[in-house]
Amino acid sequence: LQLDFWLAPRGPGYPVDVRVPFPSLQPLKAHLEANGVSYSIMIEDVQALVDDERTEMLRGRRRLPLSTNTFDYATYHNLDEIYAFMDLLVAENPNLVSKLEIGRSTENRPIYVLKFSKGGPNRPAVWIDTGIHSREWVTQASGVWFAKKIVLDHENDEGLASILDKMDIFLEIVTNPDGFVFTQTQNRMWRKTRSRHSGSNCIGVDPNRNWDAGFGGPGASKNPCSETYHGPYANSEPEVKAIVDFVKNHGNIKAFVSIHSYSQLLLYPYGYTSTPVPDQKELHQVSQKAVAALSSLYGTKYKYGSIITTIYQASGGTIDWTYNQGIKYSFTFELRDTGRYGFLLPATQIVPTAQETWLALKVIMLHARDHLY
Amino acid sequence: DIDGVGPKYHLELVLEDIVDEDSTVNCTAEVLYHLGNKNIAPDVQFTIEGELKNADEADNIFYSRIKSLENELVAENIPDSHGHVSPEMEPIRLLAWVASGYVMWQNSTENTKFQFAQIKHVKQVKRSDEYLEFDYMILLHEMVSQEIIPWQMTVLWHPQHGVQVTQDSRQPKHA
Repeated sequence: LQLDFWLAPRGPGYPVDVRVPFPSLQPLKAHLEANGVSYSIMIEDVQALVDDERTEMLRGRRRLPLSTNTFDYATYHNLDEIYAFMDLLVAENPNLVSKLEIGRSTENRPIYVLKFSKGGPNRPAVWIDTGIHSREWVTQASGVWFAKKIVLDHENDEGLASILDKMDIFLEIVTNPDGFVFTQTQNRMWRKTRSRHSGSNCIGVDPNRNWDAGFGGPGASKNPCSETYHGPYANSEPEVKAIVDFVKNHGNIKAFVSIHSYSQLLLYPYGYTSTPVPDQKELHQVSQKAVAALSSLYGTKYKYGSIITTIYQASGGTIDWTYNQGIKYSFTFELRDTGRYGFLLPATQIVPTAQETWLALKVIMLHARDHLY
Repeated sequence: DIDGVGPKYHLELVLEDIVDEDSTVNCTAEVLYHLGNKNIAPDVQFTIEGELKNADEADNIFYSRIKSLENELVAENIPDSHGHVSPEMEPIRLLAWVASGYVMWQNSTENTKFQFAQIKHVKQVKRSDEYLEFDYMILLHEMVSQEIIPWQMTVLWHPQHGVQVTQDSRQPKHA
């Protein structure tokens, strides 16, 4: 049949992706149907894509891709490219994906969230954000990959389909757009926002110390020049306020995941205090399962635990606030690696990182779906 | 805790060869922090169980290549923003990484965790003797404060005589 496997068979229960030459289509379909194997078509015509890609490559590197199928997921993109990707994804899947503007950054850039929904008013939801710290480039790149993955798998992947049957997914890919542009143009190692506050020449607030949970306490700095400066008051940063407003207005978010790099950790609250959260036992168990799923793909080793016991005390952090709002399944990831490349993770690792992280995210989402509260 | 001096840690670790990840060696170490005087580097005693892999061939190839350069080597941003390192620059990066280990050790306390982040700039300094000399400006990432710290270091290297950091100084952060 000359079948060309793009995702090789692994065992029962795992999906397989296969390119099928035209003459083999009928026989393969017949075979699958006769054996009760469900399938769906991801790409109708591979040749068309190949032709598109060739046209594009002849046009030159930096022209915007024509579709999310020709988008290069294995390289780092700039803000314009990512925002264009979002619009393409929505245009290609208007029944599943929509784009919401939840606010504007300090430098007046729009802050966008993608909503993945099969319908229903204000369903319980999962929130995922990437890129809150702008130098953590593998996170925004993974966010782009997750967006495409949801679209690809929303019908044929049982787990994801069942999640979307009951819940919506919100994905904020570039949570700190000003910082992101700054890492592209001026300083690759920029972490914070780009706000100016009176009384200092230094710019920027650490958006992961600016939330109203133990704000200003130990584990953040009051020095505006510091990388962990908490800001003049909680939610001073529009990037943070936008999410706070969204979460409060939505009122039905059940799982919240904020993604960082690097260190290979899966963390749950608290960071601002050593008092364990009431749901500690359950969060620890979910973390264990999620980490096991992640490692199953490439053997990447993760540690897990509460923020304060696993890395350090940090006050005013995102998931401490979301947890205190009643969002029980609040987690933070620190993606690859453990220091060899750190923030400068080679682009070749983007897709493997995104793939393994997605498995962990599915564990968390499935658990939330099965334990709605 | 060692009374009057500071906390002492006993560590068991595994060393892994960067180039050949399957090549590992067990190691035990004792680290003693000097609480009283933060300007002294922690004492480190270690034992390696077994032998480190021989890298003579690669060392000599690199050494000859640099020695035979007409103009001094100059380079920037290794790895680049996308994490890419060209094959010719890989030994330069490894050398910086090793040398930075010395700098980190000299500046470590119980409350710091340093990682090597990037070479901002490297310039070879030609010498009349057999050593190779490189003047590096590197970035260190300190994980507790999350600061990126520029650091200048002068590094000497020879395949048989190993690495030496002859001079190093912390640089002021950009505004």
